[in-house]
Amino acid sequence: MTTLSDPPRGAFRLSMLINDTRYRSYTFQFIALVIVIAIFGYLGSNLMANLRAAGLNISYGFLGQSSNYDINQTLIEYSSRSTHWRAAMVGILNTMLVAFLACITATIIGVLAGVLRLSPNWIVRKLMAGYVEAFRNVPVLIWIIIIFTIMTAVLPAPNAFRGDNPTASMLFGAFAFTNRGLYLPAPVWGPGSLIVALVFVASIIGVFVYRRYATKLLYDTGKLLPMGWPSLVILFVPTLLVFFVLGRPISLDYPELKGFNFQGGIQVLGSLIALWWALAIYTGAFIAENVRAGIQSVSKGQAEAAASLGMRPNRIMNLVVLPQALRVIIPPLISNYLNITKNSSLAIVVGYMDITGTLGGITLNQTGRAIEAILLLMLFYLLISLAISGLMNVYNNAVRLKER
Amino acid sequence: MKKSVILGTLTVAGLAAGAAGAATLDDVKARGKLNCGVVTGLVGFGAPDANGEWQGFDVGVCRAIAAAVLGDPTAVEFIPTTAKTRFTALASGEIDVLARNTTWTFSRDVDLKFDFVGVNYYDGQGYMVPKALGVSSAKELDGATVCIQTGTTTELNLADYFRKNNMSYQPVPIETNAEAQQQYLAGACDVYTTDASGLAATRAAFENPGDHVVLPEIISKEPLGPLVRHGDNDWGDVVRWTFYALVAAEEYGITSANIEELSAGTDNPEINRILGTEDNLGAMLGLDAGWAKNAIAAGGNYGELFEKNIGENTPIGLSRGLNAQWTDGGLMYAPPFR
Repeated sequence: MTTLSDPPRGAFRLSMLINDTRYRSYTFQFIALVIVIAIFGYLGSNLMANLRAAGLNISYGFLGQSSNYDINQTLIEYSSRSTHWRAAMVGILNTMLVAFLACITATIIGVLAGVLRLSPNWIVRKLMAGYVEAFRNVPVLIWIIIIFTIMTAVLPAPNAFRGDNPTASMLFGAFAFTNRGLYLPAPVWGPGSLIVALVFVASIIGVFVYRRYATKLLYDTGKLLPMGWPSLVILFVPTLLVFFVLGRPISLDYPELKGFNFQGGIQVLGSLIALWWALAIYTGAFIAENVRAGIQSVSKGQAEAAASLGMRPNRIMNLVVLPQALRVIIPPLISNYLNITKNSSLAIVVGYMDITGTLGGITLNQTGRAIEAILLLMLFYLLISLAISGLMNVYNNAVRLKER
Repeated sequence: MKKSVILGTLTVAGLAAGAAGAATLDDVKARGKLNCGVVTGLVGFGAPDANGEWQGFDVGVCRAIAAAVLGDPTAVEFIPTTAKTRFTALASGEIDVLARNTTWTFSRDVDLKFDFVGVNYYDGQGYMVPKALGVSSAKELDGATVCIQTGTTTELNLADYFRKNNMSYQPVPIETNAEAQQQYLAGACDVYTTDASGLAATRAAFENPGDHVVLPEIISKEPLGPLVRHGDNDWGDVVRWTFYALVAAEEYGITSANIEELSAGTDNPEINRILGTEDNLGAMLGLDAGWAKNAIAAGGNYGELFEKNIGENTPIGLSRGLNAQWTDGGLMYAPPFR
């Protein structure tokens, strides 16, 4: 039996903090807060006291000093004369590069494997189950080392491409797979190449415009325009036309064996490939399970209803099941992207110079500023993780179930 | 209430900080074991043998210190450290002394607050290449891919050398010597660079050591030596003079073979002082009179340690060179024991 009556009014007594349900939760929260502050205060003051006792201090002055070391993959200009701060920036960009590549690849692998795991075909279904179980039950560190070791041991050294009868040869005369990485042709931007690039960008926009028009036409009149081949035509034909009309302004710089290494072209470091693919296939297995869960969360009746309307299986998947499944898939996908970014800090086992390798590795070692470097490192990972989850939450809001 | 809690924590923190600064010598004696930081595995300098016993030149220094302080050369806990973890391990007190081919540099001594007690190996950085490459000088290495242990002074020397000679290179940073060996042998890098002694030790472990050459250029000075935390001078003195006892022992001809005979008393007062039969030098350090005798008996004098672990009759095959006694034209020179 509940009685509704005004709470007794009276003077506030101290014992009410414990005995009165209105104040009790505040009391305990306040105590918890004090304890948390006290613990951090203790840790902080202990740190400062011990540093003082050892004659050390906290200073970020080292970031302005010259780094004096070289980095093998630099997306921005960098030399051993640059500062430690610049080296940290190089590392941050390298982290973001491998995280970006691995997120995209993992998503593609994961969606494919997740859909195929529900395939009516027994062999495909079991193969995908095997992939998921094999990859998500072995630590990612082991996968990174396995892929890197296989690459180093199986692929030929650049030396093997030398001589009259080389034991290895380049694929199509343009791609060289070596144990130092993949060498591929680099584009050389001649005069007029800007126009080609602009036309290509315009074509991409054109594809979106065409697709929007086709959808609108479908909704308004029920007339179904083909999507696949017109998109391809819009994407490539104008660009190719302009390319040839302007006399091929963009040429390719092929890698060539000179001295110790291939020169020219673009080198994709072996360590980047190993890290990228290990992260992608490992996290892809988790994403596959998310996708499967998402698809199974859509009631079977939806697919059956679509089928009874005469829709083909891939249309049912694309138009009925996946859009509804996305709201289940996206939230765990965000944490998988965060995992990729954080797991990329294992880069040092294959010598990939990410932020942990530069700021948290060489800079930390050469300057001995461990606490400063680690704090900065934590701040960076925190910022990038918050940025990723912020972006993904925007997307999640766009695709979530619209309640009307 | 909140204020008093904070004040209380501050007091506790202050006490904890005070306790952390206690004397290492007392800690080691109370523990009955010396925590010695060593390399993760570099044949000749510090590596476990087939029975799991740590052996090597730097390991010998650890054993000598344990023998001097505790009277037992086996009372050592060997803590393997990588180039990256070594300084944190020492600064945090996880290890009492770091004997791990570590280069004595200004910033490590001054800025990182460590004390290098001496130099047990005068080294320099070199390059190793496969013979098949046909390279005879480091000046021909323009454009090469170079394997390098990350977190070491060699990384900085390498950058300086190539910049000075206006050459380009691609660094392949690697965590441990074993990984570097694997990468180098697979041809993932053309050159492996580290201290010349490390190159010799690594090459000795190869299947065909003859297929690889160490280039003649030595591009840096690398005085390697044991180090302790700055500020605990008593402990620093113990480590320093234990090491010098080994060096002086070689100079005066005290070996593990004749030490018992000599400690009965000799005509040479310097030997008597080292071995504790005249003047009690040990007491000044806070140790037994027989401290240096124990240290020398543990693995022999400096020369014996050198010959047994990395000398010309071992697979590593290093000659004494700069590391000979000053009487033989080298740099090993122990201050007088008096």
